[in-house]
Formats: sequence, structure tokens, C-alpha cells
Amino acid sequence: MAARVDALFYFLVAVSVFFSTLIFVLIIVFAIKYRRRSENERPQAIPGNLRLEVLWTTIPLALTMVMFVWGAKVYFDISYPPIDALEISVVAKQWMWKAQHPEGQSEINELHVPAQRPVKLVMTSQDVIHDFFVPAFRVKKDVLPGRYTTVWFEATRPGSYRLFCAQYCGTQHAGMVGRIVVMEPSEFQAWLSGGAAGVSMAGAGETLFQRLGCAACHLPNGTGRGPSLVGLIGKKVRLQGGGSVTADEGYIRESILHPQAKLVAGYPPVMSTFKGLISEDGIMQILAYLKSLNREEGTEGKK
Amino acid sequence: MPETAAAHAHHFDDLEQQHQASWLGMWVFLASEIMFFGGMFLGYTIYRTAYPQAFADASNHLDVWLGTVNTAVLICSSFTMALAVRAAQLGRPKPAILFLLLTIVLGAVFLAIKFTEYYAKFIEHLVPGGAFVYDDALAAAAEIFFSFYFAMTGMHALHMLIGVGLLATLIVKTARGRFSADYYTPVELIGLYWHFVDIVWIFLFPLLYLMGRHFG
Amino acid sequence: MTEPIAERRRHYLNVHYGLTSWLFTTDHKRIAWLYLVSVTFFFFVGGLFATLIRLELLTPQGDLVQAETYNKLFTMHGVTMIFFFLIPAIPAVLGNFLIPMMIGARDLAFPRLNLASWYIYILGGLFTLTAAAAGGVDTGWTFYTPYSSIYSNTHVAVTVIGIFITGFSSILTGLNFIVTIHTMRAPGMTWFRMPLFVWAHYATSLIFILGTPVIAITLSLVALERLFGLGIFNPELGGDPLLFQHLFWFYSHPAVYIMILPGMGVISELITCFSRKRIFGYEFVAFSSLAIAALGFLVWGHHMFVSGQSVYASMIFSLLSMLVAIPSAVKVFNWTATLYKGSIAFDAPMLYALGFIGLFTAGGLTGLFLATLGVDIHVHDTYFVIAHFHYIMVGSAVMAYLGGLHFWWPKMTGRKYPENVARLAAVIIFLGFNLTFFPQFVLGYLGMPRRYHIYPPEFQVLNVLSTAGASILAVGYVLPLVYLIGSLRYGAIAGMNPWNARGLEWQTPSPPPTGNFDVTPTVVEKAYAYESLEPEILYPPGGRAADA
Repeated sequence: MAARVDALFYFLVAVSVFFSTLIFVLIIVFAIKYRRRSENERPQAIPGNLRLEVLWTTIPLALTMVMFVWGAKVYFDISYPPIDALEISVVAKQWMWKAQHPEGQSEINELHVPAQRPVKLVMTSQDVIHDFFVPAFRVKKDVLPGRYTTVWFEATRPGSYRLFCAQYCGTQHAGMVGRIVVMEPSEFQAWLSGGAAGVSMAGAGETLFQRLGCAACHLPNGTGRGPSLVGLIGKKVRLQGGGSVTADEGYIRESILHPQAKLVAGYPPVMSTFKGLISEDGIMQILAYLKSLNREEGTEGKK
Repeated sequence: MPETAAAHAHHFDDLEQQHQASWLGMWVFLASEIMFFGGMFLGYTIYRTAYPQAFADASNHLDVWLGTVNTAVLICSSFTMALAVRAAQLGRPKPAILFLLLTIVLGAVFLAIKFTEYYAKFIEHLVPGGAFVYDDALAAAAEIFFSFYFAMTGMHALHMLIGVGLLATLIVKTARGRFSADYYTPVELIGLYWHFVDIVWIFLFPLLYLMGRHFG
Repeated sequence: MTEPIAERRRHYLNVHYGLTSWLFTTDHKRIAWLYLVSVTFFFFVGGLFATLIRLELLTPQGDLVQAETYNKLFTMHGVTMIFFFLIPAIPAVLGNFLIPMMIGARDLAFPRLNLASWYIYILGGLFTLTAAAAGGVDTGWTFYTPYSSIYSNTHVAVTVIGIFITGFSSILTGLNFIVTIHTMRAPGMTWFRMPLFVWAHYATSLIFILGTPVIAITLSLVALERLFGLGIFNPELGGDPLLFQHLFWFYSHPAVYIMILPGMGVISELITCFSRKRIFGYEFVAFSSLAIAALGFLVWGHHMFVSGQSVYASMIFSLLSMLVAIPSAVKVFNWTATLYKGSIAFDAPMLYALGFIGLFTAGGLTGLFLATLGVDIHVHDTYFVIAHFHYIMVGSAVMAYLGGLHFWWPKMTGRKYPENVARLAAVIIFLGFNLTFFPQFVLGYLGMPRRYHIYPPEFQVLNVLSTAGASILAVGYVLPLVYLIGSLRYGAIAGMNPWNARGLEWQTPSPPPTGNFDVTPTVVEKAYAYESLEPEILYPPGGRAADA
């Protein structure tokens, strides 16, 4: 992907150099050739030339359309991660990056990833807007409070690459930097299993699910006061008052924090909010747990 | 009998040019006002679409009867304003002053009713900010509704207040004989402004008071 | 020499003396001077902030100022330069002075409103300066929520109120221009005989009227949110921070066209005069100004490609952003074609104009990089963006302002400035500018983010180059301040038309009388009729047009 971004960038550089040079040269040539030699000079009026106007309107238009289409194609591919990407959760806060691997490893201001494997980051912010920027990978995405955004990349070469926060977020914005550590797949596996891994994200999520009392209402067979959450992620859900929504990460997060915002049809509005009782990391863990339920059931939701 | 013919300002060629310029100036100003209120209408619409239940619920806390009376009051005030402009156009200062006065009175009635509504909301703890109290599930979105309610009607009321002030100056000027059938431009243009403020209310009222309302 | 003649004649500068004659004037020319002094003040205040920024960035560590101070510096630099210098400068100084004269009018349509505009501008400026003195703001001039509405502990409310107030100054100026151009053109001055300077200001005024109110209401909502704890932009309370971005950029993108269109108008005047030739493609240049104003309202989302907005919205904004580039390209080609077979002189205004064309071309082309989705992801919020907009705002707009100021200086003051020093200053500015900002394109591509007071050491060399350039640029800006003020006393007396230019403003004495024209002129031919030997307007005999 990064190579594609660079190719497009250099195309733009080439076009820019061409037109800048053209204009600079014309100006210099005209300035010299037509410099005023006497005060009485009175050049002929040349009011215009329709053909030239059409020419220098349509050629730039054509070139910019090429830029647009090419750029849109690259952007489209950057925006949609491959299905089999390794998913890592990232929570940004003033002024640090917290990452959590599905296996349970947490990192601060560092992210270890395997080479030659697509990695998708699901990100949210605990406070203000941040931005996850890795220049070497040519990726960048804002990280928002109250929502999830995603970014994906596939690192090709092991090494350490700078991570910057690229959306002004307050006093230590410039200090909110880190590194992406890309390892050979085998080394990455070793890194994962070494160190105090502890519980996987899904495991931690299950613990939370029990401890916070979610299990009391959201029975897996659907007989509880709340709907069953098995196989929920990615499914379309019908809402009270008509309409429906796809139960993605954002919907589930919203329902935990603002339960009545998009109430499922046929269920009473009795769920209380968990704001203040669960952190963004905790919500990510619950999501990991719910995704594991999808896999167990074999009911992989759409998208 | 016409008063002394009004002289045009020195930088204009004639009265006609001055009138044209003033007229265009007021319309351009109103265009900027449309964009000003438009920003708030846009924000309101977006949140209404996002939280239809909460907004409908919150809207029902507004006093629709007071709102209706206010709408009627404003429409009448536009009528009296139009009569004032007509009187000025005919060069008749006494009826002009009378209708301007009536317009001010109606405007003041509107503002008084608005103040009553605001006070009621204050007592009911529906003013956004620290003292806001609402049913938990819908509180956040309802507070947004009331934020827009106060911002939009507050901005509108401010415009009304300015309008009342302008009308007062018109009365003074009319009494001093500054207008005639040949020159009554300020009356005409402030009339335009007044009608505009009225129209803004015509949009505000249904959006804030009537959508999702249950009667009885 | 013939010095005494100009002194004895009454004109707008000497017709009344005393502070009150200035502070209560309704003469558009005097109001232009009020603005000139004010915007110059704000320019150097903003320049001071920039100096401190560039000094801090000489080293990778934060060793000159603390992080919080640096954040305030770049915020105040942006706020001051954009709202108190760039947006008013050309329209309120040159536009105010020239538009009535260029169309043959005695003043703007609403002279008292014009004065009110200035007072409103000063009031807004006072609010913002107070906020700066009391400790400043650190949100960035873009005031993104929720940082600005909840988290920042700085004087956000006072600053945005200042900007809100100043916005009304813009709206009223735009209103004045639109009405004046529609209703007060002299006989024979049809729309298509107007100078392109006037067309450019007309298009700018449309943006003033339709765009500024939106930023006014947006900033009001931020202030209310801070003061009363509303939740409109706070995700914790159900609000949407992206809504702020949409509302903010809906104005702030057209605002950048407010900042450049008047400059383009100036360039049309300079190129024609100093090539002594009609503009090539008059209608195309005129309509391109309107096209830029119209399309400029449709592209705001290109500031939000990585914000989390939908992919499809981003695509639409990218497409439209490509379209808005086209009319600007058309202008550049037409200006260049005007040089062809012209008679080109290299006085200081022309040096600024030629520099403008080059730098605007570079700045505009780099805008395409940002409009291109695939590339913007990489360079968004990096020094590439900073370089791009400084090429337009400083390399183009400020140069156009200086070029125009020099060009019309003899008309405004009756004095000439020293030509050789002026040419030197123009060259210094051009070179200093490029050294300051070209390295920043590279910095951005390499990944240095904006609004960073510390940075990885591999970025240092480029930063040092940039700061070196800034010091040269500073010299270039101080020179005109000194010699223009000096020319008021020591400059050679200027005649009615020292440049032999076409245009109604050159048919009045320098400086002009208060009413510009004692008799309303009748226009008989198109703008820029440099090939003609005929007089430009019909004056009855005995009119006071001829002088020196």
C-alpha cells in the first residue's frame, strides 16, 4: 500500500514540476523577450483566444480527474481492511497510546506486530481527538472519543518505525509518540508467548461480562430480560420504533453506555448505563469476548 | 401634504440610487442572517435525526399553547408593521406612529411570553448546564434539545429586541417629520427585517414545539 | 521642484486635521488608512509569534519555551494572522480605498457602516489581544472539540467572542461592497468594463456574506458549551465532535478564498499595467472569481479525509476540490498570456506580481496533493499542509498585498517610495520565503507532524533551513515598514498617474479629493485599454482631473 501511495505522490510531483517549470520558464522568457525598451511602447491588444482557454481548462481538468480517480482507488483500498487481518485494540488518551493484543498483551506507546500479515487496529479515545500516524507505513487515522475508527497496514520489513499523534490534543501532543516494532512472524509468536501474557482479551471480557452482571439478563438462549448476544456482532438488529442497525463495535459500545439510544425491538427499556463502571479497554475486552462467541457458534456475522 | 423633500446623502447621485442601495443592502444583510440561523437549524436537524425519541419527549415539555399564542402575536405584529409601512408610504405620520406602536406592543407581548416560558423551564430544571434534571435514559439527548431550544429562541428573541429598538427610533423619526411619501425607506426596510424575524419564528415553532407532540 | 503645488491643494488627507477627524471619518479613503495601521499592527504581532515558533524549532528539544507556551504561540499566530490580518488586509485597505474610485463613485454605499466595520474589527481585536495577554489560547486556530469545548484550560471563550465580533466587520464590509458595485457604478461603467480587482472583491464579498455567519454561530456554540456545560459537541453527552468540524470548515474553507481572491484581483491590475497590455481573457478571469467563490463552498470536507467521515463523502469532496482548482489554473494561464508581447517593466509592484504567479502556482499545485485522497492520508496534519497554505497565504496573498500597497502608494499618499530599495525588499522576501517554506514540504512528506514543539533529530536540518529563511523573510518585511513610512516625509512627489496606468483611480489627483470625482465621470471603454491613445473618460472642460 505504501508503495502505491508513493507512486501516486511522485506522479503528482511530476505533474507539479512540469507545470511549475512551464509557468516559470514562460514568465522568464516573456519578461526578458518583452521587456520594455522605450517609454512609448504601446503593445497590441490581445483580448483572448477561446481555443487556448478551452485547452488550458480541459487539460488541467483531465489531469485532476486522473489524480482523483487514482487517489480514490488507493483511499478505498486503504479504508477497508482485509477480512483476515489480525485485530489489535488501541485506546488513545492524553498523552499516550495503549494497545491490547487479543492474546492479552498490553503495550504502552509501543506496538509489536508480525511482518507480512495485515494488521487492523480498532481504536478509540478516552478524551479528545487524537490521530494514529505511522509515516513509514503511509497510514493515518483520527482516533475519536465516543466512536471506533479503524486503520490497517501490512508491514513488509522488520524494524522499528515511528508512531506520532497527528491531531493536536493538548499540552503533550508532541510527546505522544511511540514505535511500531515489526518482527518476523516466528519472533512475534515468541514475543507473544513470552512475557506476562495472562488472560486473553476474550477471557478478560468474559470475566467482565460475569462480574458486571451482563450475564444475568443477556442469557445465551434469549430467555433473559435482554436479547442474547451470541452471534450478534455483524448482525442486523431491528430497533424499537422501526428501523434497523448493524450491530458493529460502535453499536455495542453505545448500548453499554447509552442503553436506550437504540433499543432493540421487543425489549423493555430497563438496562442501566455502565458509564463510569467500565473503561474503554474493558469495552474492547467485552467486544473480543462477544466476537469469540461468534466464532464458537460458527455464526460469523456479515462483514 | 408632502413634508420637505428629503435630500439624498451626498455620495449618491439621487434619491432613487440611494433607495436602491438601501434596499439591496437590507436584502444582502438578511441573506447573511439566513446563514446565521441556518447553522443552528442544521445542527438541530442533525441531532433530531439522531435522537428522535428523546427530542420528541423533550419537545413535549414545551408549552405549546404559549407557543401558539406567540405565533399569533408575531403574525399580527407583521400585519401591523405592514400597515405602518403603508401609512408611511402614503405620507401619513399619525397612523404610521400608531401602527409602529402597536407592533412594538405586540413584540413586547411576545418577549414577555417568551420570558415566562424561560422562567418556567428554569423552575422545571430544564435549563442545560449544571442544574439540568431529566429522566436518565434520555437526559443527554434531551439536554441537547434544550441547548438548541435556548440558543435558537434566544437568538431569535435578541433579534426581536433589536427590532423593537429600531421601531422605537422609527417612531421618533416619524414624529420629527423625517419621512414622507417620497422618502420612507427606513420604515420599509426595518419592516423587511421585522418580517424576516417573524418568518424565522414560523420555522422555529413547528420544529421545536410541534414535532412528535402528543396532545391530551 | 514643484513641491508646493501639492501641498496647497486640498485633498482627503489635509482637508481636516486632528484625531477626531480620523476617528469619526466616513471617507472610505481615511477608513482604509485606519485599517492599514491596524492590520500592520496585527501582522507584526502575528509575526512575533511566528518568530518564536521558528526559534523554538531550531532544535529538536523543547528548550526555548514550554510545551504549553508553544501551543499557545502557534494558536495565537494562526488566529492573529488569519482573522486580524489576512481576511481584512486587501479588502479593507485596498478594497475600501479603491473600489469607489475604480467604478467612478464618490464613496461606498454606506460610509457610516464602513466606519462601524472598523470599530467592530478593533473591538474584536481587543477581545483577542486581551485573551492573549491574559495567557492565551492553546487549542490551535481550528478550535477542535472536545479539546476546545471541555479540556483546554485557556481563554477560549474570550478569544472566540473576539473572532465572533470581528466576523461582523467582515459581513458589513462585504455588504457594503456588494451594494456599491451593484448600484453606484458611473455611467458607462458596465459590469464587463469594471477592473478585475472589483470583480475579485465582489466574489469575495459573496463569501463574506454567506460564510462568515456560519463561523459566528459555530464559535458561539463552542463558547456556550464552555460557559454552560452544554453537550452539543461532547460525545460523553451524546454530542458529535465531527459536527463541529463540519460547521467550522464550512466557513473556514471559503475563508481561504476570502484570503486569496482579493490578491488575485490585485495581480490582474499589476500585470496589465506593467505589461502595458489588456488582460488576456477578461471574461474568463472575471467568471473564474465567481466560480472559485461558488465551488469554494462545496469542498470543506477535504479537511476531514482522515477524520472518520464516510468514505463516500470523502470521495465527493475530493472530486469537488479538483474542480475548484481549475478556475485558479485558468487565471494563472491568463496572467502569463498577458505578458506575451507586452511591454514589461520591473518596478517593485511587478516583481511582487511575478513572484505571486510563481508561488501561487506552486501553492495551488500542492493543494492538489491534499485533494488527492490517497496522498492526503500521508501528508494530512504534517508540515506539508503548513507549507501548502503558507505558499498561498504568505507567498501569494501577502505578496499581492505588498505589491498593491506599493502600486497604489503614490495615489494614496501623493509620494513615491524609493524604487531600488523596494525592489531589493521584494527579492529578499521572495528568497526568504522560499527558504522558509520549501523545506517544509519535504519535512511533511518525511512525516513531521504539525503543532509539534519537539521532534525527532533527523528533522533538524530542514528545520534549521526553514528558520534561516524566516530570518531573511523578517528583514524583507521590516524594510517596507521603514521606507514606506519614511516616504511620507522624504518621498518624491507623485503625479496623478506615475505608472501611466489605465483605471479611473488614476484619473484623479494624488492624493485624491475627498469626493474622489468632482463630477461623475462617464466611462467610454473597456478596462485595461492600454493600446489606446484616447483619453479614458469624458470629463467636461474645467474639471479638476488634470494635475501635475
